[in-house]
Amino acid sequence: MSIVDIMAVLYSGVLNVNKENLRSPERDRFILSKGHGAVALYAVLEQQGFLTREETNTFESNGTSYYAHAHRDLSKGIEFSGCSLSLGLSFGVGVALSCKRGGLNNRVVVLVGDGECDEGLVWESAMAAGNFSLSNLTVIVDCNGMQSDGKKSEIMNHLSEADKFRAFGFEVAEIDGHQHVAIESALRLCHESRPVAIIANTVKGKGVSFMEGNPGWHHGILTQTLFDTAISELKGGV
Amino acid sequence: MAVVINEVSSRTYSRLGQGGALFGMGLFEAIEAVGNTYVLTADMGKPAGMGRFKTRCPEYFINVGIAEQNLIGMAAGFASEGHPVVASAQAVFISMRSFEQVRQYLGYMKLPIVTVGVSAGFGLTFFGNTHYAIEDMALMRTIPGLTILSPSDAGQAAKAIVAALKAKSPVYIRCTGGLNAPAIYKSDYEFEIGKAIEIKPGTQVAIFATGTVTANALEAARTLEEKGISTAVIDFHTIKPLDTACIDRYAGHKLLVSVEEHNVIGGLGGAIAEYVAGLVAHPRLLRLGVKDRFFTPGDYPYLIQQCRLDAASIAEDILTALPSS
Repeated sequence: MSIVDIMAVLYSGVLNVNKENLRSPERDRFILSKGHGAVALYAVLEQQGFLTREETNTFESNGTSYYAHAHRDLSKGIEFSGCSLSLGLSFGVGVALSCKRGGLNNRVVVLVGDGECDEGLVWESAMAAGNFSLSNLTVIVDCNGMQSDGKKSEIMNHLSEADKFRAFGFEVAEIDGHQHVAIESALRLCHESRPVAIIANTVKGKGVSFMEGNPGWHHGILTQTLFDTAISELKGGV
Repeated sequence: MAVVINEVSSRTYSRLGQGGALFGMGLFEAIEAVGNTYVLTADMGKPAGMGRFKTRCPEYFINVGIAEQNLIGMAAGFASEGHPVVASAQAVFISMRSFEQVRQYLGYMKLPIVTVGVSAGFGLTFFGNTHYAIEDMALMRTIPGLTILSPSDAGQAAKAIVAALKAKSPVYIRCTGGLNAPAIYKSDYEFEIGKAIEIKPGTQVAIFATGTVTANALEAARTLEEKGISTAVIDFHTIKPLDTACIDRYAGHKLLVSVEEHNVIGGLGGAIAEYVAGLVAHPRLLRLGVKDRFFTPGDYPYLIQQCRLDAASIAEDILTALPSS
């Protein structure tokens, strides 16, 4: 849920993807590297009409195509089979360089997690993005400060993600990842020769009091009562 | 606190699952034998069941974050400095992402690191194919000198870590099954690396099984007995070094069968096939497991059924393969 606001803004006119251009090389590419954000992706894809309610309702039932980690299906607007952490940015750098060399005027947006940034490949990819001057690439880092075993700062403290991306040649914006205006203006950022990194400070479980900042909800299942509470809190919070 | 299997303890281990029994129980007996041990994890401390160790030995617990290559590299540093060391991550990532590090440090440099791959096979169900470890044994088997253990139940996983640390040699332990997977053993027995265990005798068919699905093989054997087919089940808890002397003892059977929660290429079935291919004569070998494919995700019983590793499918496939004479 830390990425819900980012996803909502991305799919509300920022990304050039729609039902008509899903197969067009000109479309923007969105790559969800932290594949465990799949639920948020399914929600926006359903809202965009790429997925039906019947399809999303099969979530985590036997034999489904919609489970904890999004699985590539271009006909549904899912570009990447995510969540083998760190793979997505590397893939995105390849896609971006390919688009650039092909003379396409589109953009590639990759969403990674801050826990995911523990992986070395993220930084090999960042190095390549800077080296190849990928002005068509935007990396969003969902900094929710949590990973599987607990608080990021107590497990592997990255100090500043912004400084790291800057050092690799990125234009960097650091924002509140739940403020829609800030998200949109950061997503509009571009530079003639540099990739962009958006450091989005977010809250895991945003909007639901018993989930916020609680690593126990990294992957949890709601009871009906907790579901009702969560929905009423989310509606009240709008 | 010795790992002793009985009716009560087998239930306790089963409740903890293989990782929980290994890190929450067996590890402490191992430490009594080998001394203070560093335990490194790649952000999988909680799911692997390391809570008790972290609380009791915080100065020996190191979480390197989600960074499996660095996990093995750092473990190698501790091993090089003479410390007993265990490094753990999901089986899929420890065997693939850090494969070169495992080859370099555990293989080439022979450092006595015990690596523990948790959630091997289909343990991570709805996380999907990126998280299934169905080729880890195949990969690890290619590394010279690396011992590979694949416990059949949680109590055995606890015994495996004790044996692995005492061996003071490079070891990979693959943990399969979830919490409450069936206990194979209800009374104590000796666990010796490289010595397979006959858990059910039989004269016509020999099933060589490894990991949690050994319980399914056992149930399939009972079904076959009811149909008049005498079936032995052997727990191959050690994949490497392979207990070839054990295989020889079943060379007069009508059919040999391997059962594993792993690709039929390169795992237990592959290892047995490589061995028997060198014999002058041997019975037919039926390799049951993942038939070189990916899956649409589902829950654990669904995935096991999809690759025909449930007891009914195992029995059925053996019946089909049996020579009619």
